[in-house]
Amino acid sequence: MKSARFPQPMKPGATARRAVAVAIVMGLMIWSGAASNAEIPLAERRSGYEEMRPETRAMQDDDTSNPGMLWVLDGEALWQRKAGAAGRACADCHGDATQSMRGVAARHPAFDAKRGAPVDLAGRINICRTEQQNAPPLTLEGRDMLALSAFVTLQSRGMPIESNDERLKPFIEAGRRQFTEQQGQLNLSCAQCHDDNWGQKLAGNTIPQGHPTGYPLYRLEWQSLGSLQRRLRNCLTGIRAEAPPLGAAEHIALETFLMWRARGMKMESPAVRP
Amino acid sequence: MARALINVPASAKRGEVIAIRTLISHPMESGFRHTSTGERIPRDIITGFVARYNGEEIFRVELFPAIAANPFVTFNTVATESGTIEFEWSGDNGFSATERRNITVE
Repeated sequence: MKSARFPQPMKPGATARRAVAVAIVMGLMIWSGAASNAEIPLAERRSGYEEMRPETRAMQDDDTSNPGMLWVLDGEALWQRKAGAAGRACADCHGDATQSMRGVAARHPAFDAKRGAPVDLAGRINICRTEQQNAPPLTLEGRDMLALSAFVTLQSRGMPIESNDERLKPFIEAGRRQFTEQQGQLNLSCAQCHDDNWGQKLAGNTIPQGHPTGYPLYRLEWQSLGSLQRRLRNCLTGIRAEAPPLGAAEHIALETFLMWRARGMKMESPAVRP
Repeated sequence: MARALINVPASAKRGEVIAIRTLISHPMESGFRHTSTGERIPRDIITGFVARYNGEEIFRVELFPAIAANPFVTFNTVATESGTIEFEWSGDNGFSATERRNITVE
């Protein structure tokens, strides 16, 4: 069909080009049509670790070349340091973290009865600081918060993610809605990439399934450790959606859903990712 | 003092080639970035790294602004005798860090 406003002579190859264009449009329709958001079967779930090159895996596997361990060392020191008006360190109440913190990160975000909502590990640390230590909360995504989170999360390394608290259900559902809802100027949902197209390429990178097994993790791109929320905001910015502030209930709900989605998978923090 | 992670084998055979891995915590601010208000962020990098085996220099690196944060340096050397390997990093703003590891050579 020729455009009346921009009449153009028919060139050889135009039909072929049109056929390609139609194919692309149909491809896009299939892409959006495929937004059935079929969940990944439990047995087919894989950590982003498995998509990485051997060099990056080696970096994560060796604690003397994993840069995340630099934060863990800082966190270990913070664990012993007295803070706030109460003059108490984490260790004064919780003792030996290798015992008391074992498995704790694997079941966060956890339901907090007093607040009637789940809190993530960073939130839990700040509750402890403000209520037990009478200290100011640590800045989310700041060096100290990442260090303490990394040290606590290390104590769950190799343990399966737990998500079996019935009280979390409404929050898991709220997180699932965020995960499957198309949003942003690109009108994409998390599920369209991470459920429907994992393993495919996006700008040369392999799309992972998006399981939060390794947070806080060291991203080579960031040249720093970062939390799951930082990663979520990365994705939201990528699809040109507005990210809620750090620590917002929306983020916690999405984290709660993602941990449920990754239930049973092994914790690997501090992970390394490209 | 900056945090450093170092991997030196605790023991080795005489004449054996050993791999040494070092990783140090440092922002490696290139000096080419600007804040949101347009001010230049001053350069703050590690400029030098030296390894000494029982006092003798065995490895040296010069570092430049294009090196990523938390520089990871790995090299090989021959295990000649038991003793101490010393690592020294130096850089902008008087940055200096030193670490030592012992090695037993049989």
